[in-house]
Amino acid sequence: MNILTPDAGLLFWMLLSFSVVFFVLAKYGLPIVLGSVQKRKEYIEQSVKAAQEANERLGGIQAEGEQLLLDARSRQQEIIAEAMAEKQKIVKAAQEEASTEAHRIAEEAARRIDAAREEALKDVHDEVAGLALQIAEQVIRQKMQDDAEQRAAVERLLEDF
Amino acid sequence: MKVIGKFIGWLCHFVGRHYKVLLGGGVVLMALYLFLSKQAEEVRGEKMDVKEIIFGHLADAYEWHVVEGVVLPLPCILYSEEQGFDVFLSDKLEHGEEYRGYHIDAESGKIVNKAGVRPLDISVTKNVAELFLVCLIVCSVVLSLAFWYRRHGYLSAPGGFLGMVESIILFVDEDIAKASIGHGYQFFSRYLISIFLFILTCNLLGLLPVFPGGANLTGNIAVTLMLAVTSWLAVNVFAPKAYFKEIFWPKVPLALKAIPLMPTIEFIGVFTKPFSLTVRLFANIMAGHIIILSLTSIVFIMWQVGDLLGFIMNFVSLAFIIFMNCLEILVAFLQAYVFTVLTANFIGMAQHEE
Repeated sequence: MNILTPDAGLLFWMLLSFSVVFFVLAKYGLPIVLGSVQKRKEYIEQSVKAAQEANERLGGIQAEGEQLLLDARSRQQEIIAEAMAEKQKIVKAAQEEASTEAHRIAEEAARRIDAAREEALKDVHDEVAGLALQIAEQVIRQKMQDDAEQRAAVERLLEDF
Repeated sequence: MKVIGKFIGWLCHFVGRHYKVLLGGGVVLMALYLFLSKQAEEVRGEKMDVKEIIFGHLADAYEWHVVEGVVLPLPCILYSEEQGFDVFLSDKLEHGEEYRGYHIDAESGKIVNKAGVRPLDISVTKNVAELFLVCLIVCSVVLSLAFWYRRHGYLSAPGGFLGMVESIILFVDEDIAKASIGHGYQFFSRYLISIFLFILTCNLLGLLPVFPGGANLTGNIAVTLMLAVTSWLAVNVFAPKAYFKEIFWPKVPLALKAIPLMPTIEFIGVFTKPFSLTVRLFANIMAGHIIILSLTSIVFIMWQVGDLLGFIMNFVSLAFIIFMNCLEILVAFLQAYVFTVLTANFIGMAQHEE
């Protein structure tokens, strides 16, 4: 049948045309298209990767910041605790010093009071001695004059005492 | 089955994405068939030979009927030892006239000389003219896509028609070439994309019933034969040594090789593959054309039988023709896909022969 016998002319033109189409497509058309698509694919992959990395880095920065904050807080606590301890130490030292000073002052005062009393007693002794002497002088003088008188005088003197 | 499912999935995605373009094509086709059924009324009363009409449409011709009464003459290029080259337009041979000793043989429809012998005939026939058109379309579409990338750089993707072409190219590259051949597929991928686009364009243009289309290219055995020859070359020329060893000295018991039974079968197999490719594409497309032409002829025949029958069959036939055309658009894609995928599989098997 006519339909089943390939025509030589059409075969010839077909070979020629398809070769031309294949040559043009394979040399000038498809490399650009496929190359562009490939490049675009790579670009997209790269971009996704870069975005992921940036995201990760952002997460890292956040964590770092939090860590920093945490560190600062604990350092603050430490410093405050240290300051408190220092304060207490100072207060304690001051108290101790104050108490020793007070002690010393009290002792000094007691010592002075003792000294003053002794002096006063000594004065009193002197006075009493002087008085006794005076009285004795008076008695002796009265004795010389009158017995009764003397007796009255002694009684009077004794009453004065 | 998995491959077919994958293909249908891609087709659905493709139709969903480019439905505007496809819908436009459908509307044009429908308008043409409405016009056709109006034409049918005008031929009432004439006796018609359906078989001749159908095979006349399927066969090649030296001129191109554009519409009724308008014929585009095409150049005839002939060579014979006695006369050398003869180049003239086909309108010189109209109605059986003789020119420079040549006339068109009524029975075969080919140019013969006075003795009835065919010269070497490389005329630009209707099919050849269509072939040129297909080449022009395929080249310009792919080149315009390439120019688009030259202009816009690779960071943005084209939309519209060029986007559709790009998705076809990538489908062949990824899902046919890479999937079937695997390692080293890039070398063959350009050839596979070329045949896919070429066959698809031929199929779709063949479905177009008016002037720039209508020639039955992939339903012509010469075209499919030449495509199969290129496929055979792609399989065998670049095949590694292991492939040829497997043909001529396969790993089978020695008895099967001593009497060269297996090598013979393998060797025949090398040629049955392109043969099956040739016949499959040719038969599928030709059958589709015959069905559509037959359904179209029903309208004409029924109008001859009677007015009422003609009127009714007008709509019935129209519905069938639209359905068949939709089916044929599917077949156009499917057969381009099948030819490409089989070629890719043959290449893959040859490349990775154990």
